[in-house]
Amino acid sequence: MEESKYAIELVDIDKRFGPVYANNKVCLKVETGSVHGIIGENGAGKSTLMSILYGFYKADSGNIKVFGNKLQFNDSHQAIKSGIGMVHQHFMLVDNFTVIENVILGSEGGSLLHEGLKSARDELTRLGKEYGLKVDLDATIESLSVGSQQRVEILKALYKGAKILILDEPTGVLTPQETQDLFRIFTALKKEGVTIILITHKLHEIISITDNVSVMRGGKMVAHRQTSKTNREDLAELMVGRKVLLQVSKDEKIRGEVLLKVSNLSVRDSNNIDRLNDISFEIHAGEIVGIAGVSGNGQSTLLKVLSGITPVSSGTIEILGHKMDADNLIYPDQLRELGLAHVPEDRQRMGLIGNFTASETSIIGYHNDKRINDKLILNNSKVRENCKNLMSDFDVRPGNPDLRSDNFSGGNQQKLIVAREFERDPKILLIGQPTRGVDIGAIEFIHKRIIALRDSGRAVLLVSVELEEIMSISDRIVVLCDGQVSGRIDSKDADEKTLGMMMANVFSKEDNLEALSG
Amino acid sequence: MNDFFLTIILTLDATIRVSTPLILASMAGLFSERSGVVDIGLEGKMLASAFIAASAATVFGSPWIGLLAGILASCSLSMLHGFATITHRGDQIVSGVAINIFAAGMSIILGLAWFQQGGLTPTLTSDQRFLSLSLPGVDLFNNIPVIGTIYRELFSGHNLIVYLAFLIVPFIWWVVYRTRFGLQLRAVGENPKAVDTAGLSVNMLRYKALLVGGLLCGIAGAYLSIAHNAQFTRDMTAGQGFIALAALIFGKWKPYTVLSACLLFGFLDALAVRLQGVVIPGFGEIPVQLIEATPYLLTVILLAGFIGRAIPPKSVGQPYIKER
Amino acid sequence: MDRNSRINWINRLILPALNVLSAFTATAIIFILIDVDPIEATQILLYGAFGYQEGFGYTLYYATNFIFTGLAVAVAFHAGLFNIGGEGQAYIGGLGTAIVILLLDPNTSPWIFIPGSIIGGLLFGALWALIPAYLQAYRGSHIVITTIMFNFLASSLMVYLLVNVLRETGQMQPESQLFSENSWLPFIHNIVAKFGFSLEESPLNVSIFIALLFSLLIWIFIWHTRWGYAIRATGLNSTAAIYAGIKPKRIIILSMCISGSLAGLVGINELVGYQHRLIMDFHFGYGFGGIAVALMGRNHPIGIIIAALLFGVLYQGGAELAFELSNISRDIVVVMQALIILFCGALQYMYSPWIIRTFAPIEKEDS
Repeated sequence: MEESKYAIELVDIDKRFGPVYANNKVCLKVETGSVHGIIGENGAGKSTLMSILYGFYKADSGNIKVFGNKLQFNDSHQAIKSGIGMVHQHFMLVDNFTVIENVILGSEGGSLLHEGLKSARDELTRLGKEYGLKVDLDATIESLSVGSQQRVEILKALYKGAKILILDEPTGVLTPQETQDLFRIFTALKKEGVTIILITHKLHEIISITDNVSVMRGGKMVAHRQTSKTNREDLAELMVGRKVLLQVSKDEKIRGEVLLKVSNLSVRDSNNIDRLNDISFEIHAGEIVGIAGVSGNGQSTLLKVLSGITPVSSGTIEILGHKMDADNLIYPDQLRELGLAHVPEDRQRMGLIGNFTASETSIIGYHNDKRINDKLILNNSKVRENCKNLMSDFDVRPGNPDLRSDNFSGGNQQKLIVAREFERDPKILLIGQPTRGVDIGAIEFIHKRIIALRDSGRAVLLVSVELEEIMSISDRIVVLCDGQVSGRIDSKDADEKTLGMMMANVFSKEDNLEALSG
Repeated sequence: MNDFFLTIILTLDATIRVSTPLILASMAGLFSERSGVVDIGLEGKMLASAFIAASAATVFGSPWIGLLAGILASCSLSMLHGFATITHRGDQIVSGVAINIFAAGMSIILGLAWFQQGGLTPTLTSDQRFLSLSLPGVDLFNNIPVIGTIYRELFSGHNLIVYLAFLIVPFIWWVVYRTRFGLQLRAVGENPKAVDTAGLSVNMLRYKALLVGGLLCGIAGAYLSIAHNAQFTRDMTAGQGFIALAALIFGKWKPYTVLSACLLFGFLDALAVRLQGVVIPGFGEIPVQLIEATPYLLTVILLAGFIGRAIPPKSVGQPYIKER
Repeated sequence: MDRNSRINWINRLILPALNVLSAFTATAIIFILIDVDPIEATQILLYGAFGYQEGFGYTLYYATNFIFTGLAVAVAFHAGLFNIGGEGQAYIGGLGTAIVILLLDPNTSPWIFIPGSIIGGLLFGALWALIPAYLQAYRGSHIVITTIMFNFLASSLMVYLLVNVLRETGQMQPESQLFSENSWLPFIHNIVAKFGFSLEESPLNVSIFIALLFSLLIWIFIWHTRWGYAIRATGLNSTAAIYAGIKPKRIIILSMCISGSLAGLVGINELVGYQHRLIMDFHFGYGFGGIAVALMGRNHPIGIIIAALLFGVLYQGGAELAFELSNISRDIVVVMQALIILFCGALQYMYSPWIIRTFAPIEKEDS
C-alpha cells in the first residue's frame, strides 16, 4: 500500500440518537504517524465519532477514508481489517479469560485454538518486548490491575495489526505512574509509525503528548490546531465555547455551627478496594464546600456514603448531631427526615425515573412524607398540585406534571430534581455535578439557588468536575485524589494550576511533578 | 446378595436410561446459556421434538426421519426464541414460557388433527424406532461373574441415542474449551461488548448457540418418543426439561459437572421408581415424592449458596443493546 | 399532537392492540392448518361462552381464576420481578384454604368459615412465595429459577399430602373429605333465585366479587399508596429507589408475598366455590395463564379483568369447541395462551420501530 499522508480522513459524518445529534457534519484529518488529540467536554461527541470510525456505530451519512481508501464500515471487523485498533474507555475484556484468550478473540487463526494460541504467544512476547508492554499472558483479567488491563487492550489492537490506535480517555483510570508508562508506550509506538488518536478532556495531556489537536463541542468539530501553535487557555475556550463561567456574586458570610462533620472516614467496596481512605472535613452552616478531583477519585462514593446509600467501613460521620458509622446505619429516607437533601450526580439513573410522570418524580425520596399521605392513601392530587408549583418556581418547562420524566430535556430534568431537593428547605445539601449537560441559562439559575441556600444559613457540599464551577461557588475546596484528601484551600486563594496539582496529588509525591509539568 | 447386586445394577441401568434425555437437554441449555440466553424452553423444545419425531416416524416408517424431524421442530422453536430475544430483545424468560406452553398445546392439537387418537401418536413398530443394541462380546463376557453381568445389563442393551448422549459430553467439552467457536461462545456469554468490538457478531454467535441447543434438545425429545418409548403421549416430558435446567445450574454450566448432576438426578428418579411402595422396617413407607422432589430441592439449596455457589455466565438474561 | 404524545398513544394503545391481533391471526392460521374453519370455530366458541346462561356462568367462573393469577403476576411485575410460581402458590394456597376449613368445626358459622378460608389461602400462597423471595433478597438466588422449582415442589408435596394425609379414609381418589356445607360460597344462581329470578346452574359463585374487590384493592395499593409507589419505583429503576431510601429487599419480600397471596385465592373459587373439597391439580394452568393475562392486561387491574374475561371465554368456548368438533380439543386455548405470551410479552416491541417510524417520525427541526 502506498504511503498516504493521512491515516484517517472523515468527511461530513452525521450520527443521531433519536432526535439528538451526537455528531453533526464532523470532518477530521489525521496525519500518518502522528499523535492526534481530540478534546472536548463530556457529551461533545468524541466517543461517538471514534465508535463510528471503529465501525461500532454506523454513521447516518458521511465518508470515511483510511490510508486514502474510501471505506464503508458495517461492523468492527472491517475496521480492524483496515488497520484500526481501539482502546475503549471501559475495557472490552472478558474478565474470567486469560490475557492470551482475550487477545486472540476474533482472530483465533483457525477453528481450533491450539495452533492460534501457540503463534499468538510468540507474537505477543515479541510485541511486548518491542513496545515495553509487560503483562503475564496466562493471568486472568480479573487478577490484573487497571493499568495492566489497558496494556492488554493495546496488545490486543496491535496483535490484530492495528496501524492506527484510538484511545478513548485512557488516563481517566490510571495513576500518574501508569500514565507516564502509557505515554512512554506512545513514544515507542510512534517510532514504529503507528498513528495514535487520543481522546481526552485533559488539556495538559494534549499539550504534552500530541502533535495536532481537534476540538469538539456539542457534536460539532469546532477547531483544528497544531499543538505547538496553541496553548491551554486557547483550547479551553474553544472547548467550552464561552468565556468561562460568569463569576457568581456572593457575599462574605460568617460561618455558623458545624452541621456536617466527617472524621477518618473510609469506605471499602465489595472487592475490598478503598474507595475513600481516612477522609476528614467539616461543613459549617452558611458555607459551601467544593469537592474537586479528577472524575473517579472517590467523589461519587463520598456523595453515596454521606447520603446513606453506601455504608461506612470505618470512621464516623456526624450529621446534624446524629452519628453514622460502621455499626450505625442511617438510611437515605431517615437522613432526609433529619434535613439532608441530595441532588445526585447521575440524574438519569439515580435522580429520576424515566417512566414516572414529573409529578411522581417530584416525590422520589419523599413518598413517605406525611404532608402528601392521608393515613393509608397517597394523595396524588396534592402531589400533582405541589409539582405544578415547583415547576413554576424553578422554571421547569414544559410545566406539565403529567408528562413522563424522560420526555423533558436534560436541563429541565435537572431543575425538577433541584426543585424537589430544595423544596423542603434542607439544612444540608449534597449536590453532585449540578450543571452537567445543562444549558447556560439553567446553570446560572441553579448556581444562584445554591448560593441563596447558603446565604440562608445552610451547609452545602458541592461535587463537580468543572473547576470553574467549584472555584466560583465554593467557600472552601477539598481536593480528592485516589480516595484521599490531597489538598485543602480557600477558594479565594485557589487557581486552576494549584488545584490541578492538588488533584494530581503532586504535593505529597515530589517525583510525580514531571508528569504534570506539561 | 446376588439379588441385591442385580437390583443395584438394574437401578443403575435405569439411571442411564432416564439420564439420557437430561444429559442431552442440559447440554442444549449449556450452549444457550453460555452464549447469554436463558433457556427455560428446554421442556417445550423436547416436547415438540418428541411429538414431531413420533409423528414422522409413524408416517415415514423410519426412526431416522423421525429423529431428523424432531430436531427440525426443536430447532424451529430455538430460532423463534432467538427471533424474540436476540433480534427483538424480548424478555428471555417470557419467551421461554411461551415456548413451553405452545409446545404443550400444539402437540395435542396437531396430534388430534393428524391421528385422531386423543392426542397420542400411534404406537410405533420396532422398525420405526431406535432399538436396544447389543454390544459385541456380551456372550463372551457373560460367563465371567460380576463383570459379565455389569457388561450385559449396564453397558450393553441400550439404544443408539443413549450411547450418543454419553459420548457427546467429552466432545462438547472439547468444543467449548478447545475450539474457536467455544472461545467465542464463552466470551459472548460473559461480555458481549468484548465480542462485538473484536469484530464478531454477537447476534450471529447467539443464534448459532441456540441452533446447537435446538439440535441437542431435539435429540433429547426424539429419544423419549421413538427410542425410550414407542409413542408420544400427552405431556410426556413431565418436567424433565426443568430437571435438565436444574442440572445445568447444579453443574455450574460446565460439561462434566453437568453430566454428573444429570446422573445424580437420573439416579434419584430411578431410585424413586424402585422404592415405590417399599416399606423400610422402623421407618415406614418411603415417600417417593420426596425423592422425586430432591433435584428441585437440591437446586434451590445450591442457588441459595448453602452448598457452594452457582455463578451463571455474566451476561445471561440480558439482551444485547449496542447503542448507549 | 406532538411526537411524545403520539409515541405515548402508540405504546399504550396501538402496539398492544396489534400484538393481540397478531396472536389471534396466528391462531386462525393454526385453525386453517388443522382444517377447521376459523370463522365457524369463532362462532362456536362465542356461542359456548356467551350463548346460554350455563356457558356464560362457566366463562365468568374461569375468568375469576385468571383475575387472581393475573393480579398476582402483575404485582410482581411492578416490582420488576417475574413470578413464574403462580402455579405452585395457587396450589399451596388451596391447601391453606382446605386446612382452615377441615380444622374448623363443621358447624362453625359461615361468617367465620369464609373469611377464615380466604385468610388461609392468602397466607399459604404468601408463604410459598415468601421462601423464593427471601432467597432472592438475602441469598441472591434467581427468583425465576427458584419459583419454577417451587412449582414442582408444591406438586410433589400436594401429591404426598393428598395420598397419605388428607385422603378420606376408605376412598381411592386422592381427595380430601367434603367441606362442611357452612363453608361453601354461595352459587350465583342460588343467590339470584332468592330474589325470585332463575338462572341455569353453573359453577359461578360469589368468588367473582371477591376477585373484583381484590382488583380494586390492588389498583388502590399500586397507584394510590406509598407502598405501591415504592414497589413501582423499585421495578422501574432500582438505583433511584435506593437513592430514595426504599429498601429493595423489603420490596422483594412485600411484592412477592402479595403476589403469592393473590395466586393463593384460586382455591377460593375452585374449592370453596365449586368443588367443595381439596382435589388434585385444581389449579392446573391458571398460574401460567396469569402470565398471559398480566402481559395482555398491561399489569393494570382493568386490563387484567378484560384479559381474564377473554381467557374465560377461551376456556369455556374451547370446551364447547372440543365438544362440537371432533378434530380439536381444549388445548387450542393453551396454544392461544402461548401466542399471547409470545406476542404481548416476548415480542411486544416487534412492531414498535416500524410504527414509530411511520406515525411519529423524527421531525427535522428536532436537533
